[in-house]
Amino acid sequence: MMSEHHIDEVKKSVRIYITVFVALAALTVVTVAVSYFHLSLVAGIAVALFIATIKGSLVACYFMHLISEKKLIYAVLALTVVFFFSLLLLTLSGHHNTITGTQIVS
Amino acid sequence: MSDTNHSSHKQSFWRTYIFSTDHKMIGLQYGFTSLIFLFFGFCLVMLMRWQLAFPGQPVPFIGKFFGEANMPGGVMLPEFYNQLGAMHGTIMVFLGVVPLAVGAFGNYIVPLQIGAPDMAFPKLNMASYWAYFLGGVTMLVSFFAPGGAANSGWTSYPPLSNIATMGQTMWLFGMVLLITSSLLGAVNFIVTIIQLRTKGMTFMRMPFFVWAQLVTAFILLLAFPPLEAAGVLQLMDRLAGTSFFMPSGLVISGQPLTISGGGSPLLWQHLFWFLAHPEVYVLILPAMGIVAEVIANNTRKPLWGLRMMIASILILGFLSFIVWAHHMYLTGMGTVISAFFQTTTMMISIPSVIILSSLFITLWGGSIRFNAPMLFALAFLPMFGIGGLTGLPLGLAIADIHLHDTYYVIGHFHYVVAPGTIFALFAGVYYWFPKVTGRKLNEALGRLHFWPSLIAMNFIFMPMMIQGLAGVSRRLYDGGASYAHAQGVLHLNVVMSVAAWALAIAQIPFIINLFWSIKSGERVKSDNPWEATTLEWSTPTPPPHGNFSTPVEVYRGPYEYSVPGAQKDFTPQDQPKV
Amino acid sequence: MMPDTIPYTTHERPDTGLYNAKIGIWLFLASEVMLFGALFSSYVLLRVGSTNWPLGHTILNVPIATFNTMVLISSSVTMVMAWASLKLNNFKKYRLYLGLTVLCGLIFLVVKGFEYNAKFEHHLFPSTSTFMAVYFTLTGLHGLHVIGGIIVNAYFLGPGSKMWFKEPERLTNRIEVSGLYWHFVDLVWIFLFPVLYLL
Repeated sequence: MMSEHHIDEVKKSVRIYITVFVALAALTVVTVAVSYFHLSLVAGIAVALFIATIKGSLVACYFMHLISEKKLIYAVLALTVVFFFSLLLLTLSGHHNTITGTQIVS
Repeated sequence: MSDTNHSSHKQSFWRTYIFSTDHKMIGLQYGFTSLIFLFFGFCLVMLMRWQLAFPGQPVPFIGKFFGEANMPGGVMLPEFYNQLGAMHGTIMVFLGVVPLAVGAFGNYIVPLQIGAPDMAFPKLNMASYWAYFLGGVTMLVSFFAPGGAANSGWTSYPPLSNIATMGQTMWLFGMVLLITSSLLGAVNFIVTIIQLRTKGMTFMRMPFFVWAQLVTAFILLLAFPPLEAAGVLQLMDRLAGTSFFMPSGLVISGQPLTISGGGSPLLWQHLFWFLAHPEVYVLILPAMGIVAEVIANNTRKPLWGLRMMIASILILGFLSFIVWAHHMYLTGMGTVISAFFQTTTMMISIPSVIILSSLFITLWGGSIRFNAPMLFALAFLPMFGIGGLTGLPLGLAIADIHLHDTYYVIGHFHYVVAPGTIFALFAGVYYWFPKVTGRKLNEALGRLHFWPSLIAMNFIFMPMMIQGLAGVSRRLYDGGASYAHAQGVLHLNVVMSVAAWALAIAQIPFIINLFWSIKSGERVKSDNPWEATTLEWSTPTPPPHGNFSTPVEVYRGPYEYSVPGAQKDFTPQDQPKV
Repeated sequence: MMPDTIPYTTHERPDTGLYNAKIGIWLFLASEVMLFGALFSSYVLLRVGSTNWPLGHTILNVPIATFNTMVLISSSVTMVMAWASLKLNNFKKYRLYLGLTVLCGLIFLVVKGFEYNAKFEHHLFPSTSTFMAVYFTLTGLHGLHVIGGIIVNAYFLGPGSKMWFKEPERLTNRIEVSGLYWHFVDLVWIFLFPVLYLL
């Protein structure tokens, strides 16, 4: 059913999967280790989210094969990302831009 | 090869009518259920209109059936009025119009118009209907919960909704089911339209109705999850005692609330309107799609500027995601963010106007057939126009200060949804009925349905604008009777209520027509009684399991009417080029 | 192609290069991004608006969560290996890897259960503070997704795997689709872990 060429390709992917797994495990250790340094809040958030983004990208690109996906899928995801950020950022800016002399208390 | 094979062997009653996986049967299930919900939602408002017209007077004839808890001595209690208001909105939007526009028309027509044998995931389609059905039942049952149904408005703003009676919890569970149903449906529609287009059916050859459904499905797919998130958070607030939407320091009836606090009521509004504004376009886009089909068919002309209409509907869908906070100008949002939402709101009116103008221009020079579907489609244009234009002042932050939460708002969005969308849906019923049943709806009864409905609708919603401009607030139990500034426009309440009951009477010809014509309507002489061009008319009538008897191929655009040199004034999409 | 069979259930449509279920699952995942995205936005808004917000590691157990992260990452790699095994025509290895995936999912849930229990014993409930509310809601919803994934994978491990002998390509596609979902659940946790525990 499967041609020789395909089998070689899958075997190559398997090696990539193992590498990605090692990288994910290592990055998990790094992000936990960094948290013990007690960086400032902003720096801590930046580093942790940066590492999480790398890890997430690895999962998405290799395990979910996004690195070699069809255009249609990219288009749908791009649209989703745009709407997610508009929800996040517009909601937040609504919080920070209040009528002068008022503030949002919770 | 696959287990989704549609061989034409006989299936049991249950598989054919109840747990059917055929998109046409599911479409009909959606249609009947949603029409019943529409009628039920309308009954709720007819009750409310009594209280508004004659505050504090016992409801005649039926008042005594509602029990002491709701109407002692036939007089409606404020708590019950609030339930009716909240459930009217919820039922009309989520259980009536959207399931009819998307679930019924989308399910039945889209696969036919693109030449597909069924939806891409038939079992998912069935699951989607049953999730909707359960959601609807949950909403109905909530009227019998202790304290009655949800009573915090269809918008369910906290903190009020957080401390409301048990009906609110059931409302949330119902919404989760309805959202699940919509998500399953949306995935199914998008995959169907992208993957199952038949040979030759390129994107630019798709009828406008299919485009409308595609954009609608994307809106449902991406805008509904934030409301689901909000629903989960509110459920946590109500059931697990969290404070996502509860600020610190709340006092109820003189008692400080013992909650952890620190939540944000505004958060709910953001999440709610992130869905609920795009939801407006979920209501209106399929309606525009239906109207476009009917107008092209009955003017015997191609749609003017079809490419521009398609571009407009795509832009409309995209922009609908970034206008939501124009519902929130009065929450204390600052000028910068208000200006942003004001700008996007003004921008989104442009594609709407382009679509409406294109439809108007299509009429120019056509030899129009004024049949029942066309009458409804034609009425859609000015009615939706009024609805759209009266929205502009609401989109401007300054004007909104005066108009916010008045009857002007109610008048505005009812013009969009009632004589707008619902008229378009009626047009769809009259237009596609012959395909479904092989018989036409009666024309005379259709006119008897159309004209009184049109007149009654305007007598209901135009006075609302006048009351709103005078400053009468929405959701008032007495319709403004206790407010000095409302005294001059109070008599309009009676006008509106009488018009609402007249509207109900105007639906009787429609109901009779629907049931009578199934059995005894005029039989259509061909599979294509309207002499239309799109693919749904190339199937046998009614379409069998699997839809097309032979593989269908498309050779031309969707609206080749009155092509110079052609033999007839319409050229179906599957007619090969000579 | 018969006119009454739904096309592209197994093979790709030439112009999109995709089979139906693959678009379907990506669309579903897009809606999931919006669901978790909205919850994440709520978290950010509540945290920005709060007067004091506790650091996660002062309340939550970081070592246990690190262990759980490792478990979920492992389950992701076994999931993708299960799919690759089918591609290589090795049905036995597929059962082994998918079994490991289900096992890892179960371990994750059990550990999470102990973690919840420890919080309850210290009288930390969703109603205790907005931080705890966010913690329980987000991990709880993620947990529901894990349960869903386990059920689907267990089905493909048991009765669903019979398809291999009749329609091997279709099963391979199904495993790819359920794998995409499972990786997404992993991906959500990759963000939840630092956001809740480390910051």
